Amino acid sequence: MAVATKESGAKPRLPLERSGLSDEQLVAIFRTMLMQRTLENRGFQLNRQGKIPFASASEGHEAVQAGAAMAFVRGKDILVPYYRDLGLALGIGVTPYEVLLSLFGRAADHSAGRQFPHHYASRRLGVQTISSVIAAQLPHAVGAAYALQYRNGRGRAVLTTFGDGATSEGEWHESVNFAAVHALPVVLLCENNEWAISTPLSKQMGQPDIYKRAAGYGIPGIVVDGMDPIACYAVVGEALERARSGGGPTLVEAKCYRFLSHTTDDDDRTYRSREEVEARRKDDPVPRFERLLVEKSILTPAGVEALKRSVLEEVNDATDRAEAMAYPAAHDLFERVYEQRWEPWT
Amino acid sequence: MAVVSANSTVMNNVEAVRATLYEAMKSDERTVILGEDVGARGNVFLITKDFIGEFGPERVIDTPIAEASIVGIAVGMAMEGLRPIAEIQFADFIYPSFNQIVGEAAKIRYRSNGEYTCPLVIRTPYGGGVRGALSHSVSVEALFYHVPGLKIVAPSFPADVKGLLNASIDDPDPVLFLEHKKTYRLIKGEVPNGHYTIPLGKANVLKEGTQLSVISYGLYVHWALDAARQLQEDGLSVEVIDLRSIRPMDKTTILGSVEKTRKLLIIHEDNKFGGIGAEISAMVAEEALFHLDAPIRRLCGPDVPAMGYALPLEEEFMSSPAEMAETMREMVKF
Amino acid sequence: MASTDLATGTLERHGLSDEQLRAIFRNMLLQRQLDNRGFQLNRQGKVPFALGSEGHEALQAGAAMAFNRGRDILAPYYRDLGLCLGIGLSPYEIMLSIFARAPDHNGGRQFPNHYSSKAAGLMSFSSILAAHLPHAVGAAYAIKYRGEIGRAVLATCGDGTTSEGEWHESMNFAAVHRLPFVMLVENNEWAISTPLDKQMAEPEIWKRAEGYGIPGRRFNGFDPIATYAAVKEAMDRARDGGGPTLIEGTCYRYLAHSTDDNDMTYRTREAVLERRKQDPVPAFEEVLVEHGIMNAQDVAEMRKSVLRETNEATDAAEAQPYPKPADLYAQVYEGAWQPWQS
Repeated sequence: MAVATKESGAKPRLPLERSGLSDEQLVAIFRTMLMQRTLENRGFQLNRQGKIPFASASEGHEAVQAGAAMAFVRGKDILVPYYRDLGLALGIGVTPYEVLLSLFGRAADHSAGRQFPHHYASRRLGVQTISSVIAAQLPHAVGAAYALQYRNGRGRAVLTTFGDGATSEGEWHESVNFAAVHALPVVLLCENNEWAISTPLSKQMGQPDIYKRAAGYGIPGIVVDGMDPIACYAVVGEALERARSGGGPTLVEAKCYRFLSHTTDDDDRTYRSREEVEARRKDDPVPRFERLLVEKSILTPAGVEALKRSVLEEVNDATDRAEAMAYPAAHDLFERVYEQRWEPWT
Repeated sequence: MAVVSANSTVMNNVEAVRATLYEAMKSDERTVILGEDVGARGNVFLITKDFIGEFGPERVIDTPIAEASIVGIAVGMAMEGLRPIAEIQFADFIYPSFNQIVGEAAKIRYRSNGEYTCPLVIRTPYGGGVRGALSHSVSVEALFYHVPGLKIVAPSFPADVKGLLNASIDDPDPVLFLEHKKTYRLIKGEVPNGHYTIPLGKANVLKEGTQLSVISYGLYVHWALDAARQLQEDGLSVEVIDLRSIRPMDKTTILGSVEKTRKLLIIHEDNKFGGIGAEISAMVAEEALFHLDAPIRRLCGPDVPAMGYALPLEEEFMSSPAEMAETMREMVKF
Repeated sequence: MASTDLATGTLERHGLSDEQLRAIFRNMLLQRQLDNRGFQLNRQGKVPFALGSEGHEALQAGAAMAFNRGRDILAPYYRDLGLCLGIGLSPYEIMLSIFARAPDHNGGRQFPNHYSSKAAGLMSFSSILAAHLPHAVGAAYAIKYRGEIGRAVLATCGDGTTSEGEWHESMNFAAVHRLPFVMLVENNEWAISTPLDKQMAEPEIWKRAEGYGIPGRRFNGFDPIATYAAVKEAMDRARDGGGPTLIEGTCYRYLAHSTDDNDMTYRTREAVLERRKQDPVPAFEEVLVEHGIMNAQDVAEMRKSVLRETNEATDAAEAQPYPKPADLYAQVYEGAWQPWQS
């Protein structure tokens, strides 16, 4: 666990529990978190300006996503995310430009403008294509893990993510069970932000600790502070290593919080109090990690500002470039229904 | 059905659903509503806003995210004497509950020889034109209308929404009640006050005509009506029928119209192959072939998995009143 | 084995009277007899299909004894012959279903073993595993909603069903709403040809209860008295508003899945014979005789009576007419079956 201590005169400074991460990696994690937040804000801005019809929120998830991404091995592991995984996608190599292409629905987007925003797919980066249907991606992740195991691939694992809401789905259950039976190389990471749109945990499940279900499936279940990126890196990293070395699946539950509404089409004032949200803001992982990095002299305040500026510049640049790209052509609708012709009559 | 009088209220489709559900909840304690975000949030289109305050969480149930069991639990409630109204948040999410709808609800009465019945309503918003892409735009009626034991309605006007929803709630058998989400706020009309029902299995002739019969439902029946009115200005007489009820379907009105105009155009947003238009075409060909002066035509959604998020892809998928008018003209002149 | 106190040699009967113990045994005998009759009729070419439940007799008779007729609701699965008998279905009704005759509750429409009886509180179900569980949960919701204290739903399934998504969704919803719902898993170790270790990594299903935030417990399903105690405890908890319980009764499936299955293709005769040593029917007979609740003659007479009842039910059911062809069109809807309305 990362330790945040206050400096005070004669007291010795406690070393940072960094779980083997270098300064560079810590800064990279922080940059991913900043990029996630900045990009997300940009999405909301563009929506308010009437430039895009829709944006999804992930504020509160920055630590778990950046931390998990740092544990993911590019070129080897496979990611099967859900639609709130902006930071995770960025952290494993999706660029801000690609994200904005998806927000704008441009032809150069991974799905050629077909999918809702944040439904990335990249064969090159190892990100599987997903839908908006909750938990439908879990059997896919398990199937991919089976394929890895089948081809005798040690050293590779599947990281799949989902929210607390998804854990009520039948397909969640079926997937965890199958992964367990076959000891598959998959890490099941739950980003528990306590809200399934408007449904609180108490209306979703009989007891609030999702990791406790792991024992019933015969697999390890670990809980981690989802607002602590180093802790998330450590726990997810350990689980991925276990998977890669043939040790089977792990259920990891990262406790975090969803600060904003579900998406731009939601209004969380209709179902939760401002007091609750404000109280939870005290755990905001972005300023918290910033404070830690400065306290431990990994970044100076000037360095932080420079980083933020650089992130904003990158987002501005990506926004302009993406917006300038063309929409797909209308006839593109008929491509790739099947490998060949779309017509059902021969 | 739109009646202008002192005893009616102007409202849009989403308000009509809301008002009807409200009255149903007030008048029958056996009625419960269950689905995702229907309680505290009041449904993502605010259809059940504040219901939970008035009727309580035992009657307005925020379910976990688990579509198969939203329908399955509703089936069990219905078998045990409640009158549940289950909501699937978007028709695109209905697939996990396919077995409960088709394999269970539709067959409860039949397999128990009537000892058990399943008076259940499943409501869901469907259809595109809202930048909903692959998981918030699909039409699903063709997947279900094939199934004996199920009933399916898809009203397009507020007055029909109320009458058919009331009839669906009263129906002793399972009804899939489809609400086109784009028409929620777009379509306004007069809705008679007080409780009334419109029987399932009855289409509605929106506009009489003599040269072509056009059958449609959902968002497109409004576009079709617009197109027909355009043609009227050029002296072309097109009859527009709002199907309203998909299973059972109104044979009498359809055949009566075709026998009069001798030409048939079916327009629907759902994919063409195997869509509702296919069954209508087959029935008309079987029973009224010699009343036809032209081949039956279907103007439907293209046979691709979905409309895309990018605007040109959505526009390419969807038809416009202009496209409909062009096809109508061709057929009148055939 | 029934719990005998080794020190005193007395039988731990959990409040069951001699009469009730004999009734449990009779249920077990009747289940086995009717089961066999189904297979016999199939071999004689009189019925196309039979499905057995040998190994489940103690579990089902014990559970049935804890069920309150006229108040509780049963949501069983297709291997619950004994349970359905125990809650009030007659051998005649069972045989009507096997022969698919018109007076059958389902009008001869359903596969055999898919019993249904509104009067007995037995919910209609299909062959789809776990599809009945959300129904059971919905029924439990209705009971609670109407404030009907003292009523509960007993839902059963095999080990195989616990892998289904709808099993999970049902458990979860029942837990969230603290419904009067008991999930009784009859773990006979085989989902047709799939052994337990291919179905789940943790073989003790009751352990999942903690994850749902509800009580869970395991008991010996070969012991009808232990079964009765466990089911009664759970049902009482549910009836009193204490919420759901997951209980797991361990037993074994001695026969193949059905007449269309050949279990020698996936397990050995030796393995099955080894488990036959635990056969609950002779085991409970031994307990009853040992404790003076029945003697050898009582047992013989009971077996004769069970056989007689089976024969009478078979003859009576076989003599009934099949449904008429026109019956195919009834009960599609309350009204006309036609999809086209005129």
